[in-house]
Amino acid sequence: MSVTKDTVKHVARLARIAVTEEEAERMTGELSSILDWVDQLNEVDVDGVEPMTSVVETAMKMREDTVTKGGHPGVVVGNAPVEDDNFFVVPKVVE
Amino acid sequence: MSDLTHLTLAEARDGLKRKDFKARELADAYLAAIEAANSSLNAYITVTADKAQSMAQASDKRLQTGDTRPLEGIPLGIKDLFCTKGVHSQAASHVLDGFKPDYESTVTANLWADGAVMLGKLNMDEFAMGSSNETSYYGPVTNPWRRAGSNQSLVPGGSSGGSASAVAGFLCAGATATDTGGSIRQPAGLTGTVGTKPTYGRCSRWGIVAFASSLDQAGPLARTVRDNAILLRSMASVDELDTTSVDKPVPDYEAVVGEGVKGLKIGIPKEYRMDGMADEIEALWQRGIEWMRDAGAEIVDISLPHTKYALPAYYIVAPAEASSNLARYDGVRYGLRVPGDDIIDMYEKSRSAGFGAEVKRRVLIGTYVLSSGYYDAYYLRAQKVRTLIKRDFETVFAEGVDAILTPTTPNAAFAPGEITDPVAMYLNDIFTVTVNMAGLPGISVPAGLDAAGLPLGLQLIGRPFDEETLFRAGQVIEDAAGRFEPENWWA
Repeated sequence: MSVTKDTVKHVARLARIAVTEEEAERMTGELSSILDWVDQLNEVDVDGVEPMTSVVETAMKMREDTVTKGGHPGVVVGNAPVEDDNFFVVPKVVE
Repeated sequence: MSDLTHLTLAEARDGLKRKDFKARELADAYLAAIEAANSSLNAYITVTADKAQSMAQASDKRLQTGDTRPLEGIPLGIKDLFCTKGVHSQAASHVLDGFKPDYESTVTANLWADGAVMLGKLNMDEFAMGSSNETSYYGPVTNPWRRAGSNQSLVPGGSSGGSASAVAGFLCAGATATDTGGSIRQPAGLTGTVGTKPTYGRCSRWGIVAFASSLDQAGPLARTVRDNAILLRSMASVDELDTTSVDKPVPDYEAVVGEGVKGLKIGIPKEYRMDGMADEIEALWQRGIEWMRDAGAEIVDISLPHTKYALPAYYIVAPAEASSNLARYDGVRYGLRVPGDDIIDMYEKSRSAGFGAEVKRRVLIGTYVLSSGYYDAYYLRAQKVRTLIKRDFETVFAEGVDAILTPTTPNAAFAPGEITDPVAMYLNDIFTVTVNMAGLPGISVPAGLDAAGLPLGLQLIGRPFDEETLFRAGQVIEDAAGRFEPENWWA
């Protein structure tokens, strides 16, 4: 299925990736050709077929609901581009 | 002592135990080889020389007292996708600029606990997205192999291109790699090395940068089948930090290498005989079938009818999972941050500057197929097709097939820039991707050279958690085909 440049820009917005006009133009072609190619899946009869949820049959593992690790705020923010007093710093989000 | 780098992992292990040489000498030989070769091959992103030397010295102490562990003193390269404490771990992406984790992936922790020595972090396609190692932020990796009489650079395959190039170019005794759609086996095939993608759930995914969580699996890449068996035993474990880690004991894989294939049933899937398949690939496959038959295996024709749909289904499932996994790179918690007018502008600018073209393409595809109104048509349908692909394999295994033999790739190594169309590049994984979609183990073993003198591999696919049969059958190919080494032009 072909996509339009506006669709590419909309999806880029959803994905929070800024795209230039040229990038949007190029990706419109690339995404369309990829989506055209995956359209061959429509040939497959999937009536009554369960979608895969886990590739290896296994029971969901459970554990006690207790703290296993914690109390290391300095380590948690250790790789942050901007941090202050063990908080992540972001641009103002509330007016 | 540069010959030390040409030992197999098993030979190096045995030589260390016999005290023929020291772990420090072995590490230094590899460090010198990397120093001489890396400007040509670009296999390593960062070299951890000090760490390698101190780990090797610790190994020498143990070797002295006889308190040795399974990989004592063995120098390994680690794909940049694995988190290694305090060391560059960026998935070869700009978006993780400067990231040094405070923790160690389970797989690498297992290797160090078994005595292995870390040489450095290996180049790869950005976020493991690619089949030629051309998408790395750190530049393309070069294949040690060239066509006979040519000095044209060739790609090593991808995404574990640094791992494959380093192993083929004698820059480590073995390497870690990961395989989401063929990223261990395809580069192994293109560099004349052996690579194993274990069953989904065999190696813990904890601490490995996630690409497509239902498909990602770590595995070894090394110069021989035996070396793969040795490495997998140490890499694999049951890990409570990964809920998809399967609770099964890890067997001694090396013990079965050499047991042969007498009496085993090897399936040959007719759907892998693609239209327009190169004669050389077909001939290689036929030779592999003969080797199996000569070694006492029963050859049976099988059918895996949904094979052709595996790759298009993969290019829905993998990008969908990637778009979700890569949402975490937001310029807040780690890595690159580009200032913006507000927080959304900051997200958009950071992600735009941090991700390369292939990663952006896949995130957009993934976002699109998961977006409102398209989920059923794409993602849900692809997951149903995946069920059918898995069922194909279950049917032939239920009929008594022990392993399946196929080519690894549809072609030998190609030149950088030769494949620019995304779909044409994706087709490089046509024989490997079915294995990930079904969660099965697979191995690629070098089986011969093409007319231009480039290596080609054969792939074996096994039952879930039956890596042992793959090592048995893989050794039969290695014994029959011999081993292949490139001529050294790079150092």
